[in-house]
Amino acid sequence: MVTVIRQSHARRWMGTFAICVVTLGAAWVTGSWSADAADKKAPAGKKTATEKSTDDAPEAKLDKKSVEKKTADKKPAKKAEKPAESKEGESKEAAPAEAAAKPIQLKEPYSTGASGSIAETVAFINEKVRLGWTENNIEPSAVAEDGEWLRRVYLDIVGHVPPVEEVDAFIADKDKAKRALMIDQLLDDPGYVRSWTTNWTNLLIGRGGGGANMGGPQRRAALMKFLREGFAKNLPWDKIVYDLVSAEGRYDENGAVNFLMAHLNDGQVPATAITAKLFLGLQVQCTQCHNHPFNDWKQNQFWEYNSIFKQCRENVVQKYDEKTGRMVFDYAELVPQTFEGPVYFEPRNGLMKVAYPRYEEHEIDPGPDTNRRKEFAKLITTGEKTQLADAMVNRMWGHFFGYGFTKPVDDMGPHNLASHPELLEKLGTDFVKAKYDLKQLIRWICNSEAYQLTSKMTPKNEIDNPANGERPKFTHMYVKSMTAEQLYDSLIIATNAHKSGRSNWEQAETQRRMWMQQFVLAFGTDENDESTTFNGTIPQALMMMNGELVANAINANKGSYLNTVLSDKGNEATKLRELYMSALSRQPTSKEIAAAKSLVKKAKTPIEGYQDLFWALLNSNEFIFNH
Amino acid sequence: MSLIIPSDMSRRHFMQHMATSVAMVPGMQFLSHLKANAETVKKKQKACILMWMGGGPPTIDLWDLKPGSKNGGEFKPIKTAAPSVEISEHLPETAKQFKNLSIVRSMSTREADHGRGRYFMHTAFVPNPTVVHPTFGSVVSHELGGKRPELEIPSFVSIDGGSESPGFLGMTNAPFTVGSNGNILNAGTDGLDPSRMNNRFQMLDVIEGGFIGSKRGEAPQSHKDIYKRALNLMTSKQMEAFKVDKEDPKMLEMYGNNAFGKGCLMARRLVETGVPFIEVNLGGWDLHANVFDTLANQRLPVLDKGIAGLTQDLTDRGMIDDVVIVWMGEFARTPRINQDVGRDHWAASWSVMIGGGGLKNGQAVGATDKDGLSVEGQAYLPGDIWATVAHALGIPLDTVYTSKNGRPIKIANSGNPIKQLIG
Repeated sequence: MVTVIRQSHARRWMGTFAICVVTLGAAWVTGSWSADAADKKAPAGKKTATEKSTDDAPEAKLDKKSVEKKTADKKPAKKAEKPAESKEGESKEAAPAEAAAKPIQLKEPYSTGASGSIAETVAFINEKVRLGWTENNIEPSAVAEDGEWLRRVYLDIVGHVPPVEEVDAFIADKDKAKRALMIDQLLDDPGYVRSWTTNWTNLLIGRGGGGANMGGPQRRAALMKFLREGFAKNLPWDKIVYDLVSAEGRYDENGAVNFLMAHLNDGQVPATAITAKLFLGLQVQCTQCHNHPFNDWKQNQFWEYNSIFKQCRENVVQKYDEKTGRMVFDYAELVPQTFEGPVYFEPRNGLMKVAYPRYEEHEIDPGPDTNRRKEFAKLITTGEKTQLADAMVNRMWGHFFGYGFTKPVDDMGPHNLASHPELLEKLGTDFVKAKYDLKQLIRWICNSEAYQLTSKMTPKNEIDNPANGERPKFTHMYVKSMTAEQLYDSLIIATNAHKSGRSNWEQAETQRRMWMQQFVLAFGTDENDESTTFNGTIPQALMMMNGELVANAINANKGSYLNTVLSDKGNEATKLRELYMSALSRQPTSKEIAAAKSLVKKAKTPIEGYQDLFWALLNSNEFIFNH
Repeated sequence: MSLIIPSDMSRRHFMQHMATSVAMVPGMQFLSHLKANAETVKKKQKACILMWMGGGPPTIDLWDLKPGSKNGGEFKPIKTAAPSVEISEHLPETAKQFKNLSIVRSMSTREADHGRGRYFMHTAFVPNPTVVHPTFGSVVSHELGGKRPELEIPSFVSIDGGSESPGFLGMTNAPFTVGSNGNILNAGTDGLDPSRMNNRFQMLDVIEGGFIGSKRGEAPQSHKDIYKRALNLMTSKQMEAFKVDKEDPKMLEMYGNNAFGKGCLMARRLVETGVPFIEVNLGGWDLHANVFDTLANQRLPVLDKGIAGLTQDLTDRGMIDDVVIVWMGEFARTPRINQDVGRDHWAASWSVMIGGGGLKNGQAVGATDKDGLSVEGQAYLPGDIWATVAHALGIPLDTVYTSKNGRPIKIANSGNPIKQLIG
C-alpha cells in the first residue's frame, strides 16, 4: 500500500510557522527555503481535485523541465507543477523559462525617495532581483500600503510594532521620500540599539544565557553593554567582530570577553564552531570529526580554526558571601595561556594528525609569541572581499526578508549556492567599501523595491514560496513569525505602557528575559545549543490565550490602556479604530466592525466586550506575524 | 496559573455553556462531537517510547563493553536475563529486564556533530537544505494519531526536551513539549466565563479569516489550526495523563523518583490514554571529560531505574508487546579514552537499545571488533531502527510521502526492519 500525503495537507501546516527548533546560530532567521537542489527525476507533487489550484497562471513556471512535464502529462488545470530540481549539492540555477508565452512587463520600481550612493546600490539590488522575476516569468505583488509597510519596518529595525500616532502621521505624510526618511529615523531610534543588542546577544550566547556558568546574568549584562555601545555608535562590523574574537580581560571591564567565555568548554570546540558560523557563515563543526560531507573542506580546517582559540582560558574568581556563608561569583576574566605549535586531532582512521593555525591561505606563526586570536581577527577583517562581509550581508538580508540568499543563512559554501550570487557578491564588496557600516547595509536593503512589496501573493507569483523548498525570488514579502522579544515589546507599545510610566525598557529587559525562559529548551549537550517552543506551537498559543502577558495587556483597571481608551471621548467607531490601529496598524473592515459591535453588545458590560475584542486582536495571526 | 482543569471549568461545564451560546464558531463545534469520556480509550493501542540521550552516550560503557581492550574503560560486564547478553555492571536493574529488551550493537551513522546527529537519528535522513524531514515521532503521530479520534491531547509528546521538527508533516504532528513535573503552563483560563471564551473565538475567527483570505502563505492557517488544538487540549479530561504525581509513591519509586523516572512514568500514562509516540529526554551525556565517575555516580543510576521501572511496569500491565521502547542519542563516544578521561564524539560503531513491541527480544544484534572501533558484519542506520519500530507499530513500510517540493520521501528513508528482531 502506498500512502501519498495530499499536498494540501502538507502545505497547510508548513511555512515559516513550522520551524519550532531554532538552534543558537540561526536563532534569528526562521523559515525554510532551499536551494532548488533535489532529484531531477522526482515527480511533481500530486494534487487532488479538492484542493485549490495554486497554478492559475500556466506561464508561471520556474523552468523548462516543468513545462515539458506538464505537456507530457496532459492533465490540465488542477495540477501543481513543482520546479524540477537538480541533484543534492549540485544546486544549479533553474534554466530560464524559454517556453514562456508572454514575457512579463514591469513598471518602474517604486522609489522610497532614497538618493545618492544609497540609490545606486538600491538600483543594483532592484536590477538583480528583477532579473530573477523576468527569468522565471513571475510578477511582483503590489507595493504594500503604508500601514503594512510601517509595521514591518518597525518590527525589523526597532523590534516592535509602531505606536498608533506614528501610523497616523506616516499615512498622512505626503512627502515622496517618507519611506527613506522613516528608515533613517528608525536607525536613529534608541529602539534600534535595543533590538540589535538583543538579536546579537541571543546569537552570541543564546537565550538560556550563562547556563551553568557562574555569574551568568552579570556576564550577559556586560556583553549587552558592549553591544549597546557598538550599535549606538554604529561601530563598523569588522571592528565589533575584531573585538569579540580577540578580547581579553575582566567580564565587566571588557564586555566583549563574555562571548568567548561562554564557549571555551570542551577544548575550545564550541568557540571554534560558533565563531565560524556567526561571523563567517561557515558550518565547520561537521568537519570536527571527518571531512565535510558535501564539499571539499577537510577535517583539518576545523582544527586549524580550533588552534586559534587555544591561547586563552577562563578564570572565575569567587568570593565569600557573609549573608549566606557560601562562595559566590566575584568576577570572571579571559586570560592568556601559553600555547605553541599545532593541535592534534584524530581522523576516522585513528592516526593522529596535526593542524597549524591558519585562515584560508594565510598561515599564522605557530610560535609562542604570536597572539593567534589577534592575528586571526586581523585576517578575517582584511581585504576588499571578505567572507565576514558576505556572511553579514546574507544574515541581514535574511533578517529583513525571512529568507537569506542561502538556507540556512549561516551555512555558506560551495555545497550551498546562493539564490542571487551576483547580488550577494556586490553587496558584500559594497559593505566592505562602506567600512562595514551596518546602518548603510540596512538602508540598502530597506530601500530596495522588494522590501516595499506587500506580503499578499498574486496568481502571478504564488509559485514563489520558499516555504516549499524553492529558492526565494522576493516577488512579495514573506511572512515572518515575531520573535518572543518582538512580541513582548510590541505588547508594551500596543498598550501604551512605554508612555504611561507603567513600564520602562530596562525593567522590561529583565522581565522579558524571565518570561522568555518558559520557551527555552536546552539540548543537553556541551555546546550550549538550545531550542525554543515559541514558534507556532501549542505552548505558544496557550501562553497567548491564557498567559499573564496578554491578561495584563487586556486588563481594564484604572490607568490601564483599555480603561484610557474607553474613557476617552469619541464614539464606538473611534474606539474600535484605536484598538485595531494599535494592534494591527490598520483600520477595521466593515465586516470586522459589525462583528466587534455585536461582540460588545452581547457582553455583560462594554468593558468586557472591548477586552474580548482586544484579546482577539492580540491573539490573531495578523498580530503575531510580521508581514 | 498552571491549573490543568480548573475546578470551575470541567469539560462538561464548558460544553454546557457553549451549547447555550447563540452561535458557536465553527472552530469550536468539533468539541461537541467528541465524548468527554477518557475511559473508552482502548488499552491495547500501539505506541513507541523513545528515550533520547542528548549529548551522545558512551555505549561502549553501557551496552557493548570491551574488557581487556585498551579502550575498555573502568566498567565490568554483568550477565542479564538474556543468556547471551552482557551489559554494564552499573545497569543491574535493567539487566533483569532483558527478556524484553535487546541491543543493536552495530550502528554506524557517520554524523558526529550534535545538530546533524540529532537530525539524522530522529529522522533517518541527513540534513538537506531542500527539505525538512519529520522527526520519527511526527511520522508515528501522523500515521496513528489520525486514526484515534478519541485522542484529545497531542499525539506526539516530548518530555523535558524538544525533539526535532515535524518538517513537511506540519505543526499538527509537532512534538508537544512538557516538563516531567507534568505542569502544562497556561492551560487554565483562570475562571474565565466560558461564554466569553466563545465570544473571543468568534471574534478571532473573523480577524483570522480575513488574514488567511488575503493569501500570504500557509502560516496564517497553521496559526488558526494550532489555536483549535490548544482549545481542545485545555478542556480535555485526558490532561490527567500528565499528572504523574497522582501515581502511587511506590510506583514513582520503582521508576526512580527523579525527572527521568517521572518522564518514563508519564510516558506510560500517556500510552494508556492513547498517545502513540512519547519522547523522554535525559541529557548530560556529552562526556568529553571524567566519563566513568559521571556515569557511575550520576547518569547510570538514573537511567537504570528508568528503563527497568518502565519495562517492568509495561510487563505487569500487559502492555509490553504493544509498546516499543527505543533508547538512543545522536551518536556515541570514541572508544579511545582521551587525556581528560573522557570520550569524544563517535558515530562509526555504536549501540542502540530497543525492546518491547512484540519483537524477538533478549538478544544482541550485530557486533563491533575487540576494541570497539568498527562494526563487524552488517551495519545499521537509523532508518533500520525506525523501520523496525514501524513494523512493530503496524505502519506499512511502503508508505511514501511527498515533500513540499514534490520529492517522494519514503518512510524511515527506505530502512529495513532488523530481521533478527522481527523474527
